[in-house]
Amino acid sequence: MERLDPRARSDIYGSRINRAPSPLRARSVPYITIMLGSVVPVLLIADLMPLTPSLGFLMLLAWRMVRPGLLPLWAGAPLGAFDDLVSGQPFGSAILLWSLAMIAIEIIETRFPWRGFWQDWFTASTIAVIYWLVSLLVSGASLTPEMLLVALPQALLSVLLYPIIARLVAGLDRFRLARARKLD
Amino acid sequence: MAPPSSRRSGFSKKAQYSLFTGYLLACAGVLLGFGLLALSLWQPGAFSTLRGAATDVVAPAGEVGAVTRAGTQGFFAGIAGYFNAGMQNNELRREVEIARIRLAEADAVKAENQRLKGLLGLSEAESKPIAVARLVGSTATSGRRHAYISAGANDGVQPGMPVVSERGVIGRVLETGRNSARVLLLTDSESVLPVRRAADNVIAFAEGRGDGLLRIRLVNLGVNPLKVGDLMVTSGAGGYYRPGVAVAVIAKIIPDGGIAQLIAEPGATNYVAVEPIAQAAAVEALDAAEQLSPKPSASPSSKPAPSPAALETVD
Repeated sequence: MERLDPRARSDIYGSRINRAPSPLRARSVPYITIMLGSVVPVLLIADLMPLTPSLGFLMLLAWRMVRPGLLPLWAGAPLGAFDDLVSGQPFGSAILLWSLAMIAIEIIETRFPWRGFWQDWFTASTIAVIYWLVSLLVSGASLTPEMLLVALPQALLSVLLYPIIARLVAGLDRFRLARARKLD
Repeated sequence: MAPPSSRRSGFSKKAQYSLFTGYLLACAGVLLGFGLLALSLWQPGAFSTLRGAATDVVAPAGEVGAVTRAGTQGFFAGIAGYFNAGMQNNELRREVEIARIRLAEADAVKAENQRLKGLLGLSEAESKPIAVARLVGSTATSGRRHAYISAGANDGVQPGMPVVSERGVIGRVLETGRNSARVLLLTDSESVLPVRRAADNVIAFAEGRGDGLLRIRLVNLGVNPLKVGDLMVTSGAGGYYRPGVAVAVIAKIIPDGGIAQLIAEPGATNYVAVEPIAQAAAVEALDAAEQLSPKPSASPSSKPAPSPAALETVD
């Protein structure tokens, strides 16, 4: 069989015989990647203006959209708590906003069960832009017009980044479900 | 794409209960987040220990990032240096000659200064930095402009201490972890710093605008004496900063002051020094007085130093 087609007994997740996905990897990858998304922007030195949108939040949105039902409904609270610790926002803002976003997506999904990529992008962008504005409002600083102006690219980026991050999450999902465990 | 059918509860009691519990927990998360947010807006320092611990974990990764950043900056500067190197060489030689002359003049002035200080009986207050650290990160996603440095309470860093680079003021320590600290940068819209013009004693406040520029607000109203290109330095009022450290250069004049650009940009800085509070005794005395009579002071000019507890909101 292998001589005719080397990939006959495998699919995108790897060899199908005698292999199974690792349960640890299947469960931990979404959480770890979202937390990494929260941490990575911290390593940039943004002295003049905010540089990137909240990558952690975009990762959360993408995981929720690409893999509905994988993250539990309440996952926004613990992941948001971690984001708050490093993001510089007052503690509690991401807990509140991420939980609200998860509930909002759930409601939208029950309302419009059949959806495609364009609708996902639209939903994610709307939520990301609202999140951008509200998190500026609750940042603990008095909002000046200049601040809003320099933060505008952030909103634009969060809309434009969603398709890329959704592709990234799809790749991570293949990694998550790869048959890494050998059955003996 | 429809959502997976396994997520519809149907008649299964178990599925119905788990769906309901999910909503319940999510709503609890919303309420918890709202409560914590209100608490941390009311008391900004409430979760500083928690944040400090998280920063301690992230800081080592930031250290690596800082080394890489310095390396790449040097690399690109090196490439740029090859172009018009000859012209620069001539110009630099001329500048060095002038600088040597100025240095000699400065030596003379310094000597005279020392002599006069000796006559007046002033002691030379030499402030040694408490710690020298790298800038390891910042809040790049938030509207706030905070930075993280790789020195914390273990190195003797305490909230309120000024952070300076070799060029000028960077900001002030807001919270400390064990091996890292959070610094309020001058560009944050909550940062206010008392400054004066280097040439004379025109005093003003430098407020962050949140977009990378500072707003210089004059204390004395009247004819605006500022000019484009004026250098503003710390005035030492408030007791936190030592006087005479460079802060900003005026870039634009507005009716009640000016818009200024930072001299020490944190993004182009590798190492910063954390200095002790310039007049710690005065600051402490003022805090004690404020705790005795907790009344909100109205005019900023009559209030030299805010308490470290109110760091986030004032100065």
